[in-house]
Amino acid sequence: MAITREQIEHVARLAHLALTEEELERLGGQLGAILEAVGKVSELDLSDVEPTSHPLDLVNVWRPDEPVPSLTLEEAQANAPQTEGGFFKVPPTNEPEPS
Amino acid sequence: MIDTLRLTAEEALGLLERNDVSPGELWDAYRAAIDERDEELHCYLTLSDGPDGEGVPIALKDVIGTKGVETTAGSKILEGYVPVFDSTVAARVKEAGLPLLGKTNTDEFAMGSSTENSAYGPSHNPWDPTRVPGGSGGGSAAAVAGGLAPWALGSDTGGSIKQPAALCGIVGLRPTYGTVSRYGIVAFASSLDQVGPTTKTVRDCALLYRVIAGRDPLDSTTAEIPQVKLPEAEDLKGVRVGVPRELNEAEGIEPGVREAVERTIELCRELGAEVGETSLPRSVDYGLPCYYLIAPAEASSNLARYDGVRYGLRVSNGGYHGMVEHTRDGGFGDEPKRRIMLGAYALSAGYYEAFYGQAQKVRTVIADEHRAAFEDFDVLVSATSPTVAFPLGAKSQDPLAMYLSDLLTIPSCMAGLPGLSIPCGLSDGLPVGLQIVGRQFAENTLFRVGHALEKAIGFDYVPERLR
Repeated sequence: MAITREQIEHVARLAHLALTEEELERLGGQLGAILEAVGKVSELDLSDVEPTSHPLDLVNVWRPDEPVPSLTLEEAQANAPQTEGGFFKVPPTNEPEPS
Repeated sequence: MIDTLRLTAEEALGLLERNDVSPGELWDAYRAAIDERDEELHCYLTLSDGPDGEGVPIALKDVIGTKGVETTAGSKILEGYVPVFDSTVAARVKEAGLPLLGKTNTDEFAMGSSTENSAYGPSHNPWDPTRVPGGSGGGSAAAVAGGLAPWALGSDTGGSIKQPAALCGIVGLRPTYGTVSRYGIVAFASSLDQVGPTTKTVRDCALLYRVIAGRDPLDSTTAEIPQVKLPEAEDLKGVRVGVPRELNEAEGIEPGVREAVERTIELCRELGAEVGETSLPRSVDYGLPCYYLIAPAEASSNLARYDGVRYGLRVSNGGYHGMVEHTRDGGFGDEPKRRIMLGAYALSAGYYEAFYGQAQKVRTVIADEHRAAFEDFDVLVSATSPTVAFPLGAKSQDPLAMYLSDLLTIPSCMAGLPGLSIPCGLSDGLPVGLQIVGRQFAENTLFRVGHALEKAIGFDYVPERLR
């Protein structure tokens, strides 16, 4: 299956990857070849087969809604690139998303 | 003098119990072996400072979160990440008194079959260092085979425990989905990921499985499991062994691999098993495409968390969105990028039904075919890997060729079934693995069959060049 340049750029955007020109070429080409191989699943007529999302027949698990110890603020932020006053600090979010 | 190449974990346990060696002496023996051989094999990404327990030391794959010990998942995006809590398996290993030797190398985010996708360089096969140890858990497998750890834990999504065990001539168990907690494990594909042991013998494997398995309130997909029995019997009387035609006649199986597996199937008969042919008509042809839609789809969702905000790498570039996109482009290697994009594509509007939805239905077909085969048989056997260990670089530029390494391990993973790989012989001087697949929660059966075969085969797990 051929995948167009526009589709590759669209998928990279969906995946929040700022790919370089070289990566768009190389990974895009590989993606096309992989899609062609995995597209084999469409050969089968499975209109009457139920999908499987999980390998076990499990039912939901409940527990009492009681507070238990959790991470402290310091622990939760121990690996953060940047914090301030107990918050995770990020660059300005009011810029438009790259199109 | 402790021979770490030869000593099994069970024997090490005996030495400690009889006070023949002290925990410190045992630890020092493995550290000496690491100092001697890890420069060549590159099994470890991080080494512990000293023993934090009195038992048989252990190595953990670097996707297993360890409190206070760097956990990178083989990725630059997690370089320097030090978990503030233990994964459940790390906690259980600690409670059992097994000191951590270190964290072992893995393909980035456990995506790969050779460790060549590790951002920290590949590991090498102890049987032939010019060859790969398999992957993604190649660091754990090479460490055990090379005498740099008595036993180790790996994680398996489509073959990452079984395939490296096969290529390194040791034992690897991918347990039934839901038997071992995934809490604190770096997530790849959550409906497939399972943690399991990599060991020298099947009894070691059962011993370690006993430590890590069981329901965990912190992972609601875990189930109650039957009591783990250490295998004793050396025959296979009453065991029905199925030989799935499609798994054993698949294209690409090397002649030497086929011969070793055929000899072992004959051995099953000699040990008293009832052996018969069976069929999984669509599981092999469609298993790989099914896996490479479902696993990347789940990965694209799981890896969305690496955004440079709460932990891991941050690459600043303008505002928030630029930061996120450049962090991800700078932090992920090629294979995670390929899989994230593949997954995002398969889940995107207009393609969801044809790709992801259809793959979920194929998954049902694969599970049904296995269920049918298990009406007549207790275990299904085949080669674990179509090939023996291949040279470094042989497949690293061709993602599709690399994906074929897991052709034979993937079908049972999709069905949530347990699989054990044991060494069953040599081909061109390199180990061949036999895959034994069982019903869900039938780990005890796998241990029984694996143990009896191991005794009868008498495979020497010490790499020839190190004897």
